[in-house]
Parts: sequence; C-alpha cells; structure tokens
Amino acid sequence: MTALVLAEHDNAELKPATLNAVTAASQLGGDVHVLVAGSGAQAVADAAARIAGVSVVLLADDASYGNRLAENIAPLIVSLAGDYDAIVAPTTTSGKNILPRVAAQLDVAQISDVMKVESADTFVRPIYAGNALATVQSTDSKKVMTVRGTGFPAAAATGGSAEIRTIAAAANPGNSRFVGAELAKSDRPELTAAKIIVSGGRGMGSSGAFSIIESLADKLGAAVGASRAAVDAGFISNDHQVGQTGKIVAPQLYIAVGISGAIQHLAGMKDSKVIVAINKDEEAPIFQIADYGLVADLFQAVPELEKAL
Amino acid sequence: MKILVPVKRVIDYNVKARVKADKTGVDLANVKMSMNPFDEIAVEEAIRKKEAGQAEEIIAVSIGPAQAQETLRTALAMGADRAILIQTDDIVEPLAVAKLLKAVVDAEQPKLVILGKQAIDDDSNQTGQMLAALLGWPQGTFASIVKVVGDGIEVTREVDGGLETVALTLPAIVTTDLRLNEPRYASLPNIMKAKKKQLDVKTAADYGVDISPRLKTLKVEEPAKRAGGIKVKTIEELVDKLKNEAGVI
Repeated sequence: MTALVLAEHDNAELKPATLNAVTAASQLGGDVHVLVAGSGAQAVADAAARIAGVSVVLLADDASYGNRLAENIAPLIVSLAGDYDAIVAPTTTSGKNILPRVAAQLDVAQISDVMKVESADTFVRPIYAGNALATVQSTDSKKVMTVRGTGFPAAAATGGSAEIRTIAAAANPGNSRFVGAELAKSDRPELTAAKIIVSGGRGMGSSGAFSIIESLADKLGAAVGASRAAVDAGFISNDHQVGQTGKIVAPQLYIAVGISGAIQHLAGMKDSKVIVAINKDEEAPIFQIADYGLVADLFQAVPELEKAL
Repeated sequence: MKILVPVKRVIDYNVKARVKADKTGVDLANVKMSMNPFDEIAVEEAIRKKEAGQAEEIIAVSIGPAQAQETLRTALAMGADRAILIQTDDIVEPLAVAKLLKAVVDAEQPKLVILGKQAIDDDSNQTGQMLAALLGWPQGTFASIVKVVGDGIEVTREVDGGLETVALTLPAIVTTDLRLNEPRYASLPNIMKAKKKQLDVKTAADYGVDISPRLKTLKVEEPAKRAGGIKVKTIEELVDKLKNEAGVI
C-alpha cells in the first residue's frame, strides 16, 4: 500500500495544506510519497522531503507545470498512478480542480473532502453543506480523494529525509494557457493555517468598515475572514470567504463580527475551538453556536476589544 | 455555437436537510426541491452568451427521476431552447453522470458545456472536471467571468489566493462559481412558452452507459451538535473569558 500526495505549493513554498494531506494519506496504512509538479520548484521538493513520514518525493520540474493547470498535471498523475493504491490531494481550489480529472481518467469514483479515514477503503465526508456526514466505502481498487485540512493534524514539517527523485514531464495537451492572476498580498497568516481568525459579515456595511476588522486582526496576529454576504456585497475579495463554498477553517479562536450565521457560513467554521460572536441582533443564529456572545454595536465593540487586548 | 447546460434537481437551498432516523440518508419526502443554485448560474450564463450573439442554441440536460422534468422546464422558462432528461431513479454518482454527459456531448456536439461547480446535496465538485477529462477538453472551473475571445474563451477563476485567468481552446468545459452572474426569474409568459418546448426523455441504456455506483453509503449521520455558550455583557468580561477560561489569547 503506497499513497501519492499531490503537494500544494506556488513553486517557491510548500503550503501547509500538504502537511494535513500527508497525515490523511499515512492513515491509509502504507508508505507516503509526495508529488511536486512545478517550475523551478526544487526548494518545494526539498521542503517536502523534510516532512516526517514521507519516504519519497517525486519532482516533475517543467515550465508546463508552473501554474498547475489541470490539463497538464492530470496526465502526469495518471502516468504515475500505476505504482500507487491511493492518490490524495488537499481540498484546495487546486486539488479540487485537478483530482476529479485524474479520477475520471483512471475510471475511479473520487471521494471528495474526506474528514476522517475509517479504514483504507472507508471514509467520512460532509454532504448537504455539512448538515450530514456520510460514511462511504469505495469499491474501486484505487482510491482517489481530496482531504479536508481541518480533519487531520499537520504532519511535522521537519524530521524526515525522503529521497528526491526527478521525473520527466508528461505530454502537454496544449489546450489551456495561464493568462494571469490577481493574488492577494498580505503579511497576515493564511486563513486555513491561522490560529486566530477575525471575520466580518454583512453587518460591516461597507468595505471601508473592514479596516476595524483588519486592525483587530493585526493586534491578535490573526487572519481576516468574511461571510459570503460580505463578499457578494463587494466589501472584501473572494479569497477571504469562509463557508461551505469558500474556505473551511478550524482555528483556536474565531471572532465573527456582524455575521448572522447562515448555514453556509457555519459549515465553514463550526469546528473552531472557541467561537466569539459580536452582533447587535440578539436573535442572530450565530449566537446558538458561539461560546461567547456579545450583543453590541460592532463599530463600538471592535475598537474597544482591540484596545482591551 | 451550441451550449450544453446540465442541471440537477436538489433539495431547495433554503430547506435544512434532515437525516433519516434509520441513518440511510437525508429525508427528501415532502421536501421542496429546486434547481441546484450553481446550475441556475450556468443556465443564466448560457442565455447571456446567446443574447450577446455568441451562441445559437442552448440545450439543458438532467439526469434523475421523472420529476426532474420540472427542473428542465425551469431551465426552458429561463431561456434554454430544448431539453433532454435521462430518466433514472437510481443514485447516479459524478463519474456516471460525466459518462452520460459525454454520450450527450458526442451526440449533440456542443462547443461549450457550462455546469455548476458542485451540487448542494452531495457537494462533490467533480462532474465538470470529470467530463473534461473524458472528452479531453480544457476546463475553466469556479468561474467568475467567462469571455469569448477569438476562437477560444478566457475564464477568470476564483482560487484560494484570489483570482486567476486562463485561456482555453474550444470546445471547453466551464463550471460556475457564485459570483459569475445573478440568475433571472422566469416570467409567466416564458413559463407558459416553456411548456411547449421540446423535452426528450431517454434512459442510461439508450446511451449504453453503465451507471452502477462505486461507493457504498454505509451510514449518514448528523454532525455532533455544538453546545451553545454564554452571553457576555462587556468587552472586559469577554477578554477575561478568552484569557482565563478559554485560554486562547
């Protein structure tokens, strides 16, 4: 039994989501290999080789993998799949984009967003926006799955000394081309890796008002999140969205400000260790799951909280 | 060009799913069902492409029970030209859906297939990518902008770090994210007109596709409930609790 984990990275850095995926893969009960497909990604392969529990790192370094286009990376994984019993990727937009393409080419039913590995063929995954959990058993001989980061502890980033094997690129179908990206640049921690998150909702009222959220977040060393309503209203960009169709987070502390608590949002943050809700509407559903609720005007409470820390 | 839009009949977005007492699944008896919201966005996008003179015909297709005809009639009332139902009462997993859709694509030869990025029942987020793989087509998933540019399309995608744009050759697959557009409501005259539009009913066997499931659902349970907490009166009390009771700051 050997599992291949698709590394999440940006050619320069290995992303933490990879560490959770390595833990999930190791729970399948065999060896864990990591695939780094990128361009100029030697440093990423070096980092992957240091992950505890990884025995082999495959490095496919080619210009066609520089932007992780699914059309180019899926054939590479398919060409390697013969040696593996399981293919695992983190549930990131990249993993979600690439892995079903691999599964279909292998004629395997993918298991999406696995939260728990029960055994080598049985998994728990959320359905209906997390309102139900399904335990499913795969009858395919090969398993292809994306795994939810918050469901598995991160493997230690150091301590391992895996062998790095350089492998050749697969043929590039040439039917897609990367044009450009507008990626948020921020010194704050990544949402999915942050220990503390401060999130704003529709109650913020404007994009300018998010500055009080950002200021509080900086005081706490926290990431900034948002509800779908705040993103749809244009208060903040989509990469901050927490929820079933945004990012799934489980920090030590989640502070929800001006967020009513739609099911869709709760699905993305209800596994946080401690939840604080600040909302002027005392009937807001967010208070039903908050450990500490404060019924207050957020425009007074948030700066006051920042001062009190 | 011709656009194919697959649509799925699912539990209505506003209804809270309840797990059945025997843990075999979610109770759908007497529950309001609607078109998957991401699929509504897909239908809308196809109609806008047609209104912009970039598409000639929109075909809606659904795979599901006889009642999925209602979902297809909704797509027709919004502006799709004709519809195909592949009727089955079985559970059809994304891989089997992708195989059926590939057969429809082979028969209809669309240049573009626009799908919802995921269905809000099984939340798989697989079908579009799988269809792209089976056809060997490029894919623009989680789209927030779709532009026809020359012989191809440019798709702006919602990704973890922000937005990314890719250029794809046609034919291609697009899957929709929430902010691609706001779907229209069908007007009453259009709902009446939709009743007369062509809707063909087929079976999986007509397309020679094996739809047997690969996953066995052993049980479906409710997630552990989070116990409600307390209300604090002041910021001082909140900070005290976070420091001394929860120990998180």
